Amino acid sequence: MKPQTRWMSLVSACGAVLLLAGVTPAPAAAQEAHVGTLTGHAAAGQALYTRYCAGCHGDDGDAQGENAQWIDPKPRDFTLATFKCRSTPSGSLPTDQDLYNSVERGFVTTNMPPWVALTPQNRINLVAYIKTFAPRWRTAKPGTPITIPVEPTATIQSILHGRQLYQRLECWKCHGPAGHGDGPSAHELTDSKDDPIRPYNFQTGSRFMCGTTNQDLYRIFMTGLDGSPMPSFADQLSPAEAWDLVHFLRTLQPLKTRESAIWHEWAATHAGELKPIGPEGGGQ
Amino acid sequence: MMTRLAAGLVVLWVGGAAAGGGGPQHRPPSLPAGTISGKVTYTGTLPKLRPIDMAKEPNCVTQHPTPVMTQDAVTGPASSVRYVVVYISAGDQGAPAATDTVHYDQKGCLYIPHVAAMQVHQPLAIFNDDPHSHNIHPLARVNPEWNKSQPKGAPAIRTSWDQPEFIPVKCNVHPWMHGYFVVLATPHFAVTDSTGEFSLAGLPPGKYTVTAWHERFGTQSQEVTIGGSETKTANFVLTARPY
Repeated sequence: MKPQTRWMSLVSACGAVLLLAGVTPAPAAAQEAHVGTLTGHAAAGQALYTRYCAGCHGDDGDAQGENAQWIDPKPRDFTLATFKCRSTPSGSLPTDQDLYNSVERGFVTTNMPPWVALTPQNRINLVAYIKTFAPRWRTAKPGTPITIPVEPTATIQSILHGRQLYQRLECWKCHGPAGHGDGPSAHELTDSKDDPIRPYNFQTGSRFMCGTTNQDLYRIFMTGLDGSPMPSFADQLSPAEAWDLVHFLRTLQPLKTRESAIWHEWAATHAGELKPIGPEGGGQ
Repeated sequence: MMTRLAAGLVVLWVGGAAAGGGGPQHRPPSLPAGTISGKVTYTGTLPKLRPIDMAKEPNCVTQHPTPVMTQDAVTGPASSVRYVVVYISAGDQGAPAATDTVHYDQKGCLYIPHVAAMQVHQPLAIFNDDPHSHNIHPLARVNPEWNKSQPKGAPAIRTSWDQPEFIPVKCNVHPWMHGYFVVLATPHFAVTDSTGEFSLAGLPPGKYTVTAWHERFGTQSQEVTIGGSETKTANFVLTARPY
């Protein structure tokens, strides 16, 4: 038998053994993603990924692209199937819509841009391809998206209660007493791959890591940003408390929001009544 | 010595049947069961343990009259090694998950115990006994990674793990806090204390691979055959390396 023939026989034999053992080859090319009326196909997403994503996320989705060493924070490692921006509880896979939104929105304060230049079909194809890098996508389903109740109207009471929660839940230890991302733990934070990572600075502007709206902020508390130091508070916050915290955090941004207007009007005459936020503070 | 062999499982092993197929296997009550015991020691140069600087969390500083040393290479008398997980890695015939709850505590900005071993699907309860918040962040790779806040006075986080895995655990707020969840398929395991000793009881006759795992000193295995109601010795000498 020629060497080439022997090699082919060996490959065939291995394939036969795998089939007999009930092992199905990874159906990577068959992976799909669904958002609305769009259906993404991994096979169609592969070329797009190589062109637009592999430079940072790596050909194998392992965050080892040629640009990765220069990027801070590091690109997402798709082989871990751990994603920051999800509508699903901590520890669960995101929905296709979550991944689609991430591709479309990008991530503020990181090198990930909004990929709005790609067509919706191309974006959903990329989502399907991203789901081929980790076997967990073939063995587990996305979590059930959390329910976000209707937002109550912001009042000075809700903002002040949110401020108390910011103190009690010790958000300030990372995000800082004024939300500047300069809390006592800020400089020591690492992500789940032990790479340094900074907490969000509310002075950054209008965009949060996972969106811009009050609902997006609510969702971040409740789901956490998996893979990062930001934990889920779903077991610690009632919906009403979470909305109060949202209202307070809006006052930390350099924006003319309804919450900041209420806050500044009240603080103009009551600021002296506040206890400071921080190790000595009560947050009242 | 801390033995994490659930009493209920011992009953199952001693009392159960050995027909093939899935599900619990039942054995005649009279079938003998053996024990593998031994001691884990080290050779080589130990890393120099460092005091943990908890100044950032005054509550924890006051809980420790003397500085706490890092816990990733804790040894005892006669070169014994603490926090070694010794378990049956092959030869085990399997058993349903233990139903007793493994407790994992956050106290004084430390994980207690530093290494918690448990069986797949065994209940795990995580407590915060400190007067401030922690976030508990198991860095699982085979199982799902999650990250949850646990403020002062919060109820226990109750969970379990579906797959065997050595899972590092950390608190992002207090970066010196490191621990492990060691999730095993076997019900036969133990975590050594400062004596380095262990005992794996309730083993039916058979050939077993016994493995000792330490977070810094690595893994060693050896074959042990249990013929009946006997105790076999399996000692391990791990190689220590400086940082």
